Amino acid sequence: MSQASTPVILELKNLKRHFKVGGDKTLKAVDGLSFTLHQNEILGLVGESGCGKSTLGRTIVGLWDKTEGDVIYQGETLPVSYTSKDYKRFSREIQMIFQDPYSSLNPRMTIREIVAEGPMIHKLWKSSEIDVKVGSWLKLVGLAPDHMSRYPHEFSGGQRQRIGIARALALEPKVIVCDEPISALDVSVQAQVINLLGELKNKMGLTLIFIAHDLSMVRYVSDRMIVMYLGKMVEMGPSNEVFFRPQHPYTQSLIASNPMADPQFERDRVRTGMTGEIPSPINLSPGCRFAGRCPKATERCHQEEPKQTSVGKDHVVSCHLF
Amino acid sequence: MSRLLEVKNLTVEFDTYGGIVKAVRGVSFGVDKSKTLAIVGESGCGKSVTVQSIMGLIPMPPGRITGGSALMDGKEILGLPLSEANKVRGKRIGMIFQDPMTSLNPTMTVGNQIAETLRYHDGLSFKEGRKRAISILDQVQIPEAKARVDQYPFQFSGGMRQRVMIAMAIACNPELLIADEPTTALDVTVQSQILTLLNELRKERNMSIILITHDLGVVARMADEVAVMYAGQIVESGTVDQIFYQSAHPYTMGLKEAMPDRDESKTHKLKPIDGSPPDLFHPPVGCGYYARCPNARKVCEKTLPPLFDVETSEMPTSPGSHQSRCFFHHKDAAKLTTLPRDLYTRHTGVNA
Repeated sequence: MSQASTPVILELKNLKRHFKVGGDKTLKAVDGLSFTLHQNEILGLVGESGCGKSTLGRTIVGLWDKTEGDVIYQGETLPVSYTSKDYKRFSREIQMIFQDPYSSLNPRMTIREIVAEGPMIHKLWKSSEIDVKVGSWLKLVGLAPDHMSRYPHEFSGGQRQRIGIARALALEPKVIVCDEPISALDVSVQAQVINLLGELKNKMGLTLIFIAHDLSMVRYVSDRMIVMYLGKMVEMGPSNEVFFRPQHPYTQSLIASNPMADPQFERDRVRTGMTGEIPSPINLSPGCRFAGRCPKATERCHQEEPKQTSVGKDHVVSCHLF
Repeated sequence: MSRLLEVKNLTVEFDTYGGIVKAVRGVSFGVDKSKTLAIVGESGCGKSVTVQSIMGLIPMPPGRITGGSALMDGKEILGLPLSEANKVRGKRIGMIFQDPMTSLNPTMTVGNQIAETLRYHDGLSFKEGRKRAISILDQVQIPEAKARVDQYPFQFSGGMRQRVMIAMAIACNPELLIADEPTTALDVTVQSQILTLLNELRKERNMSIILITHDLGVVARMADEVAVMYAGQIVESGTVDQIFYQSAHPYTMGLKEAMPDRDESKTHKLKPIDGSPPDLFHPPVGCGYYARCPNARKVCEKTLPPLFDVETSEMPTSPGSHQSRCFFHHKDAAKLTTLPRDLYTRHTGVNA
């Protein structure tokens, strides 16, 4: 899919989210991200744990205040800090699906209450039509309408994730941030959820931000892919380009570490695995954040922060090598 | 090839308020010396219970090993009295667990935890134990082992903790290392480092590994042999190439079809496996995969298929060849209607 063909729906301009962590220490979870999201595209967001991908998702939805920078939704700059009025306005437009289907549904609410809660707050449904509406949403995500009087504990992980999807969809949002929607699920169930999201995207014209750490899956579902490292974007481009022809040394080691379900390929593979682990994001030194682990780092990388450089069509990298 | 461990017909049950859960229903497999066997399956298929029974880690009650045997170098290790069992586990078999934070003792220094096994099994003194602990931490590539040996688990990162667990497990030079989802909680980059370390240790020490995982990528990278488990039974076993390139059981094919491949065109549509695994309170009389199988026939519901040798269609009595628990391998059965896309041809250019 070509991104230029659809209008921009969401734009991030130098978005930052910092946390004070005691004393004069700051954790720069998201530190200056800019990108555009086009209508009806799926944008994948990958990186190791602690790279800020979940914080980014939550900041876009408004669950975290913005420290600096803008999120522009259909030409309108979203407020730095959401008031309850703002939530009411924008939660209809931008919704979120959470990672853990076990803890993100209220165990004391029935499925009917969970799915209907949003639309009722927004007065989208009359109370007389709740059963019909909830039933049709459940059907859409592949659950039986007569499940609606049950409680979350009566469902399996995959079914709960579908309930989470139905809950997010019931408001008919334009953008959905999916924060690791499949990582708690078994392989056979992952495919169900992925196919469902793809189907709904086509049916309802949804735009998705897909946060995950499973590189093969992100490559498969998304049109474009962003690789994050310690709050910064290191590479962004069409998924196939980033996955099969990674340019940034970090992306290269990330892809090289990703095991493929193909024994011959794994045997022939040259291991260029990275040493060390992601360092603490608190009080980072100047220069490129990956410099400490980078096999190709030079003196300059430790001093000067790299700028974004274009390395192909829609493909940018933040690295001094380019 | 000599077998280090031979498990036969292992059956494990648990008493619960809801009834008896038949978690493992007659599992047989073998592990060769200095090779890696991967046991794959989804959550709840019984893969962890299988290895925990071998290690004698099943709480009894509520657990119960109702049948089967596990021979290590020809000697039975199931149901040993505690004093005997303690000579096997930790000494001849080491084990590492999924979550390194909850499996390490937070109130003991890592050096002390490693030395504990050495003191118990090899009768080392505190001083010798600490010295050996440092050298083992060095072998699992923990930098500055001398300083780290006196630190506590919370001072280590996730990947480093997993290295400490490996250090504990290999301290007494076990012949067999059981790794239960060793990298599931880790990032891919760290996972890759741990897998490399495990492979190096296996080669250096001629150690065998049983690797429990649900990640087919990890299996492809690590395993020599593979056993695929479903609903408490092994449904397919064979070499890693047989499992991936000549998949025989519909469940194995289903798993592969549910995963993205490496094809840039993305023409492969992910095919989920519909339905869910059977309830092991009332395990089905027939094939465990019957309810989800696209090829299921009437006979599959009523009768449990035996393991067939995929090539000869005979019914082998011991594990070893490429075997599959499916009636479609019977001599008189029709060919399967849904064949796996031929990965082998795609990667070697040779028509398999």
